[in-house]
Amino acid sequence: MEVPADLEARIDEAITHYPVSRRSAVLPVLHLLQHHFRYITEESVAWTAAKLGLEPIQVLEVVTFYPGFRQTAPGKVHVRVCRTLACAMAGSYELLEKFCQASGIDREAINHHHPIGVSPDGKYSIEFVECLASCGTAPVCLVEDDLHEKVDPAAVDKVLAQYS
Amino acid sequence: MAGILKQNSPSSPPPPMSDAASAPAAKPPVDLVNVQINGTWHKLPKGMRMIEACRQVGASVPHYCYHPKLSSPGNCRMCLVEMGMPPRPQPGQEPEKDEHGMPKIGWMPRPVIACANTIGEGMGIKTEGKLTEECRRGVMEFLLANHPLDCPICDQAGECRLQEFSVEHGQAESRYREDKVKKPKNVDIGPRIRLDDERCIMCSRCIRFTAEIADDPVLGFTERGTHTTLAVHPGKRLENNYSLNTVDICPVGALTSNDFRFQMRVWFLSETNSVCTKCARGCNTEISARGDTVYRQSPRENNDVNSTWMCDQGRLDFHFVNSEYRLTDPMVKSDGKHAVTTWKEAIQSAASGLKGLGGDEIAIIASARMTNEELWLVKQLQQATGAKFIDVVPRSGGGDNYLRHDDRNPNSAGVRQILGIEPGAALDSIQRAVRSGLIKGVVALGENLLKCGFDKDSLGKLSVFVSTHILANATADLSTVVLPAASYAEKRGSMINATGRLQRLNKAVKSPGNARDDWEILNDLVSAISDQKSLGSVDEVFKQLAGSVTCFQGLTLASIGDLGRQVLETNETVPVLEREKERKAKGIIVG
Amino acid sequence: MASNPVEYLPGKQPHPREHRMIFRNVDRAGWDASIDTYLNDGGYEMAKKALKMERQDIINEVKASGLRGRGGAGFPTGVKWGFIPPTNTKPVYLICNADESEPGTFKDRYILHQDPHQLIEGMIISAFAVKANLAYIYIREEFPHAATIVEKAIAEAKNKGFLGKAIFGSDFDLEIYVHRGAGAYICGEETGLIESLEGKRPYPRIKPPYFPAALGLYMSPTIVNNVESLCHVKHILQMGGAEYAKLGTPNNTGTRILCVSGDVQKPGYYEVQVGKVTMGEVINDLCGGLKPGRTLKAIIPGGSSAKVLKADETYKLKDGRELTIWDIPMDFDTMAACGSMAGSGGVMIMDDSRSMAWVINNLNKFYQHESCGQCTPCREGSPWMAKISDRIIAGNASPDDVDMLEQVANQIEGKTICAFGEAASWPTQSFVRKFRDEIKSMTKADLAGRIVNEETKLAVAGLEA
Repeated sequence: MEVPADLEARIDEAITHYPVSRRSAVLPVLHLLQHHFRYITEESVAWTAAKLGLEPIQVLEVVTFYPGFRQTAPGKVHVRVCRTLACAMAGSYELLEKFCQASGIDREAINHHHPIGVSPDGKYSIEFVECLASCGTAPVCLVEDDLHEKVDPAAVDKVLAQYS
Repeated sequence: MAGILKQNSPSSPPPPMSDAASAPAAKPPVDLVNVQINGTWHKLPKGMRMIEACRQVGASVPHYCYHPKLSSPGNCRMCLVEMGMPPRPQPGQEPEKDEHGMPKIGWMPRPVIACANTIGEGMGIKTEGKLTEECRRGVMEFLLANHPLDCPICDQAGECRLQEFSVEHGQAESRYREDKVKKPKNVDIGPRIRLDDERCIMCSRCIRFTAEIADDPVLGFTERGTHTTLAVHPGKRLENNYSLNTVDICPVGALTSNDFRFQMRVWFLSETNSVCTKCARGCNTEISARGDTVYRQSPRENNDVNSTWMCDQGRLDFHFVNSEYRLTDPMVKSDGKHAVTTWKEAIQSAASGLKGLGGDEIAIIASARMTNEELWLVKQLQQATGAKFIDVVPRSGGGDNYLRHDDRNPNSAGVRQILGIEPGAALDSIQRAVRSGLIKGVVALGENLLKCGFDKDSLGKLSVFVSTHILANATADLSTVVLPAASYAEKRGSMINATGRLQRLNKAVKSPGNARDDWEILNDLVSAISDQKSLGSVDEVFKQLAGSVTCFQGLTLASIGDLGRQVLETNETVPVLEREKERKAKGIIVG
Repeated sequence: MASNPVEYLPGKQPHPREHRMIFRNVDRAGWDASIDTYLNDGGYEMAKKALKMERQDIINEVKASGLRGRGGAGFPTGVKWGFIPPTNTKPVYLICNADESEPGTFKDRYILHQDPHQLIEGMIISAFAVKANLAYIYIREEFPHAATIVEKAIAEAKNKGFLGKAIFGSDFDLEIYVHRGAGAYICGEETGLIESLEGKRPYPRIKPPYFPAALGLYMSPTIVNNVESLCHVKHILQMGGAEYAKLGTPNNTGTRILCVSGDVQKPGYYEVQVGKVTMGEVINDLCGGLKPGRTLKAIIPGGSSAKVLKADETYKLKDGRELTIWDIPMDFDTMAACGSMAGSGGVMIMDDSRSMAWVINNLNKFYQHESCGQCTPCREGSPWMAKISDRIIAGNASPDDVDMLEQVANQIEGKTICAFGEAASWPTQSFVRKFRDEIKSMTKADLAGRIVNEETKLAVAGLEA
């Protein structure tokens, strides 16, 4: 795993935010690595541990706790559909289905152990996530870093088209 | 998450207790507080954990995650009890009193954990009653919901806290009818330990041990919620020299010892308190045996020696006791060949051989692995033979910053006190004298001389070479008289550890065949050489010892007790104990 | 303070019943998140003023204001600050809880995105008051843009000398950093958040002894306040505590932002004086009523953890008042007296088209997913509830299972390390108790006591599972 110099510089800067304990920088370091590599690899875990002077298990404990850290490669465009009550009431289960259909992802293959479904062409990935805190504009989804509100399940093609 | 914290836990310290409200009729000394446990008032040290207070008055509280030597995460929730404090009276109002003149307790509607909360003046605790029973039944049901219930094939059976508390606090039938969570089984997490994640109850004792005691935080939890899994990082191993302590403290069958698993059902084992003889620490142990076979050895709590821990090396070094290479009969060499003989003849042969030599022709190589009683008899042997040369074989190296001592002999202190020599000081000159032929007779007690600088040729030329051994070896092969001796697990006796503590070994199993306890061998040899009166028991030997060596004065073998006695000041400290004291002072652990 | 006329974007005008204070600049025409815009509007004047005040005076103003935490617990903010031990010699930390993880709540999102300097100003005042020189804003991972915006705002403030060393020329130093979460509801629990900030699994700590005000971040005194609460501090200083306390109702002072979602015409955010509008007014006035032809069935009034209110309930209060669901004033105390809680301000409306079994199953799944797994009752109980309600909505449960669902919740409540136990069990308990017949109507009596999971069925049949 090659961590580019500018990325490492940003990581080093982030570590300075925690003058009391380097361990506190686990989340920011992982975020920066994930942003660059798209997901957290075993090498990223080891790299982070070495960087912060931790045992690799101490990093793995954190990585596997948070669904925000992906442990498998997502597609080029990662879509997170909100599953929780307000969005579900507004049709987010249907929204998920439509996203899957539109991108050719097998809905049935998405489960606890495999939370991220990737389209056969590797272009899209879909994840059903818990509350995105935009219940007033349900149903919502995050496409990469962008929030899409009041998404019409019939119009998922249009959403995806913005990212092609 | 929304802070509904108010109902559960306002982010504030508990209200300070009003002195007026809590002042009992007779105020106890400042360090004691009045605490009511199951209706009876007790005076107990302020700041004591509730769980320890309850234990002290005989009201044991079931628990899984709590361990007095580790931090308290309060995660198993098995120790939930009912708790109350005297309510703060309105200004100008007298607190209500109960029939003992103590302030009436306002019981809290919610249970609290007994493991991490401390007692305070006027506190009430109920470890019985509807609320605690419901809590325990609930927690037991939850713990068993995803548990595989594979007791028949589980190695922890018989010493499993799930089994124990299930009988006491559980229910006969599970209401859980859902699919159980699948987790890794039979995971190889280290050279000496196996992990079954489905049995794990996530109490985190092992994780805390590796992080807090062994400074080797290789264990951790991965995933979350119901999928939480105990794991080592891929490529990492739980292989530090203290790893097997995690098996001891695992309350269930999640961590099992490769060495012990499937060897014996624990209920067939009987335990004997003893002491590890692998180094000068003298970790207190429990030897578990069935019949005359030792199956395992585990640490026994002694807060002046080893806390509740021991190293893997020491723990596992017992298999030689059951070895097929044990010497079982005395042997005398004639025409270059050993022949099995009787003890009487063997001792006679050794005695007459030694008697035929002058004191300046005899060397005694004793061992700092011998008990004090044996060493005292060595001293008698030296006097009886007039042996000019005497020493023991020193062993050092491998000490660590935990328990292992750099002195790998368990009783060097006893050697110094009883034989009055510094281990190893004379060894060189003895070796030279053997090589030059000056020394013609050697008595080697439990030491394989070929492994400590003596050479085969010169030993082969000795006219008298008496040796005691536990296992067959090349030194025994060279000896003119071979006397089969007892292992540490087969004898009663005492040793002094590195910190000057006199500790006792006890006999867990019988020696194989005709092998004998070393003190008896020496006793007979001394009598045969000197007509000195034979002693009747090891206790009697100790009596003689107490009469002649200052540090044993006034003691008997029986009075040493299972936790030993401090008899010397060595100014040595035990790293693990020092750190535990620090953590105790900070209130992190109970200690 | 300059008071520029406030106009809002077309279609985003606040309802006349609203009292915009914290959300004054949300959806404001011509407004952006830059520091210049904020300064043009009189920004940072209160921070400057605070740094010339005695610390205790600020705390006293906050106490006098009666401000109660807006994160959900409703614990008085000034009192919380006062818990830092007076003899403390360790550094003090201030943490802004921007984890906004309670389903139904979405107010902090708009403050972070549209008015970050209001938050930073509130934090400067609060940090000065509690003597914290280092502060963190814990922003949930699902707000990536918010993190960028707040980080930019912090840089702007630092550029102006409002953060960093000797701010506003005083002798007070303050650094604020953004710390991003990674998708865990439990990080909204303040000790879980602290563990997360320490780089560990966010396992909540036992209290006692780990009350954050004494033993928080790095075992030092730590104040954790919600985004909205910290913003209020600025306005308390501006108005004076006593004047602020005139907003709202006694013991339920100030304004709060209600987040309404579910089956209403206009879901969204509404900042109102606490207790000055009723539930009926929220639905009918602010939110434009229920959907056409629908009737009210149930309301979760304070985030998903709050106990559900049933449309036809009446509540007899200790003071003799008898309220219907429509009459409940939106405050902390009355909502508690009605058996639920105002919580985080997330109001979720359900009309007669909703299946209550389906709703509770949705929430059970949420709590199953979010249980951190540290302590037994929650770790084992949360998924158990989800599995039972899964069977109920699949028509694979007996009536007894519905009762057992409630019993499992009872076995969790009050027995866990943190309030998640209640958060997970209260919805279940209240839905089952109030809609037992409806939920039971989805079950089959002949399944009572029958073994229904696949694995056990196979085992009973003597087959390998």
